[in-house]
Amino acid sequence: MKRIVIIGATSAIAQECAKLWLKESPKHLILVVRDADKAQRVLDDLQVRSPQSKIEIVQTGFIDPIEIEKTVVDIAKQGTIDIALIAHGSLPEQSDCQNDLALCKETLEVNGVSPALFAESFTKVMEKANQGTIAIIGSVAGDRGRKSNYVYGAAKGLVGRYAQGLQHRFAGSSVKVVLIKPGPTDTPMTASFKQKGMKMASSEDVAKTIVDGIARGKAVIYAPGKWQLIMLIIQHIPNFIFNKLNV
Amino acid sequence: MEIYGWGRYPRLEATVALPQSEGACIEYLARTQSQSPSAHSQSLITRGLGRSYGDSSLASTVLETQYLNHFQSFDEATGLLSCEAGVSLAQILEVFVPRGWFLPVTPGTRFVTVGGAIASDVHGKNHHNSGTFCEHVTQMEMILGNGEKISTSPTEHPELFHATCGGMGLTGIILSASIRLIPIQSSEIVQTTIKAPNLAAVLQAFEDHQDATYSVAWIDCLATGKDLGRSLLMLGEHAHEGPLLTQGNKAIPIPVDMPAFLLNQTTISAFNALYYNKTLQAKSTRHIAYEPYFYPLDALANWSRLYGKSGFMQYQFVLPKAAGELGLREILERIANSGKGSFLAILKIFGKVNQNLLSFPIEGYTLALDFKVEPSLFDLLNQLDQLVLKYKGRLYLTKDARMSEATFKSSYPRWSEFETLRQQYHAIGKFSSHQSQRLGLQ
Repeated sequence: MKRIVIIGATSAIAQECAKLWLKESPKHLILVVRDADKAQRVLDDLQVRSPQSKIEIVQTGFIDPIEIEKTVVDIAKQGTIDIALIAHGSLPEQSDCQNDLALCKETLEVNGVSPALFAESFTKVMEKANQGTIAIIGSVAGDRGRKSNYVYGAAKGLVGRYAQGLQHRFAGSSVKVVLIKPGPTDTPMTASFKQKGMKMASSEDVAKTIVDGIARGKAVIYAPGKWQLIMLIIQHIPNFIFNKLNV
Repeated sequence: MEIYGWGRYPRLEATVALPQSEGACIEYLARTQSQSPSAHSQSLITRGLGRSYGDSSLASTVLETQYLNHFQSFDEATGLLSCEAGVSLAQILEVFVPRGWFLPVTPGTRFVTVGGAIASDVHGKNHHNSGTFCEHVTQMEMILGNGEKISTSPTEHPELFHATCGGMGLTGIILSASIRLIPIQSSEIVQTTIKAPNLAAVLQAFEDHQDATYSVAWIDCLATGKDLGRSLLMLGEHAHEGPLLTQGNKAIPIPVDMPAFLLNQTTISAFNALYYNKTLQAKSTRHIAYEPYFYPLDALANWSRLYGKSGFMQYQFVLPKAAGELGLREILERIANSGKGSFLAILKIFGKVNQNLLSFPIEGYTLALDFKVEPSLFDLLNQLDQLVLKYKGRLYLTKDARMSEATFKSSYPRWSEFETLRQQYHAIGKFSSHQSQRLGLQ
């Protein structure tokens, strides 16, 4: 059975990815979460879907580097890791981050530093095993800073650059690093946008693109794919025009 | 944001809450209460996938259950599935059909949630021998209006159970339920189509095939005179051999509202004549996947947009068996004379009534018709209401967007028991919908 570790396994996109992996065949899933009680619901759901799969919950903090490293090393001790999906994140209101530096720092850490530290820890064990795929969820918000979400965007930008560096480091080796950039996705994290009537991609569709992209070993996955073109354009809009846009 | 039901009429501005957990449901409930000591202007109702046609899931605050969508347990030996209320029937089929299990009762779309199926106490093409959806529900977890969590079943707070089944979400928030799935050998359906030249013939055909597992008839509502009630009766049995497959849930979207004039008497007559004559033999049998048998319209996402911007209404009524042919004939004649027909007119037979206070089915015949919304429609439907009442029938709350309080109260005589129970279980002043207020429920 393939062994897949999911960091932030209660996130909507992570849950959908897990469902798709289990639909392929039984797996050994390790759900790494901050809140084990919340994760039990997810575990029960996945276990009903795939009774033959082995699914476990590992509870840990996502900020402390020592805790992060120990979690990853402990999981690696139990067996080889085929895929590590780093999927956790949080999206507070941008204005709240501007008014509250503690929240600003926390947002930068949870969405940027923490995924990078998890990825770094996984490289250690995967490099030793000379196999494995690290898939990190970034965001289209990391492609260009804008006033409505630059705190979250900057953290996701960090993730993107980090993944790029890791890809360079492991080029030609058996360790793969995949960067995923979802567009706005219908998840509990974006519920406040949905309440305002914004149309978003479904987490099922986004997960399909991700699982498929990981299987094919793509370096960068935009989900849905149309965001690749949209972000290409947005990145190339000159500042004097971009700064007049209310986005 | 603006919300509406499947018929896209009426539309209402609402606050949409998306609770992710039981705790969040309780929190929203408390918050809505504290904001509105007088509950009438404010209303709160739980909503699943918004597939009820009219205004049953519309309120100033709706609590959508899309994130309460986890399976909880499944017993391979008995087929008993427990899941959260926001799980859709499509999700159940996707996971369990390949393992040889099927829904005990399914409505004509699989894009409804378990919570919605319970609140509407939905029926399928097998009501004559399997009853409604709730007759296969063994237990539910709910949150009452005072924030208390409670478990209910036919033996545990049975009065609450029978009010909640078919209770349109007006007794509390359904959190999760246990349903008994049925074993199947194949995902295919053996479909037998029988041509019936008129109403008497189709009712006789239903009578002759009472032991068919599934039965449904498509009626050409625009046929008049000796052809009145000409139908195709489609019987179905689960195949004993064949694959266990699902086709996936992708549907072709209808991207825009179609111009409403495309549906008029000429185009619909032509469509109906073609459809009826497509079947050449008087009786034919073939194996088909379960999706086209049970869910022919799920292949088109948003098919309601075919009816144009102003939306449509589905009028579904049931007449007791005794009223049978006479009542159906009078109603069909009234519709044929009005010249307002529909692609879809579906006739089914219902078996025994159940104990649920507001469940729709009574033993007899049920007919469902679609009409596009236009000013002259309301008068026709009011006339039909009078005929339905005359024959001691009633309308399906899940499809309704316009019946009067008087019509409701005279055709659902147990409404006062329902209100007493809601009082007892702290629902009054907490849960209400645009529909419940229209129907004079507190």
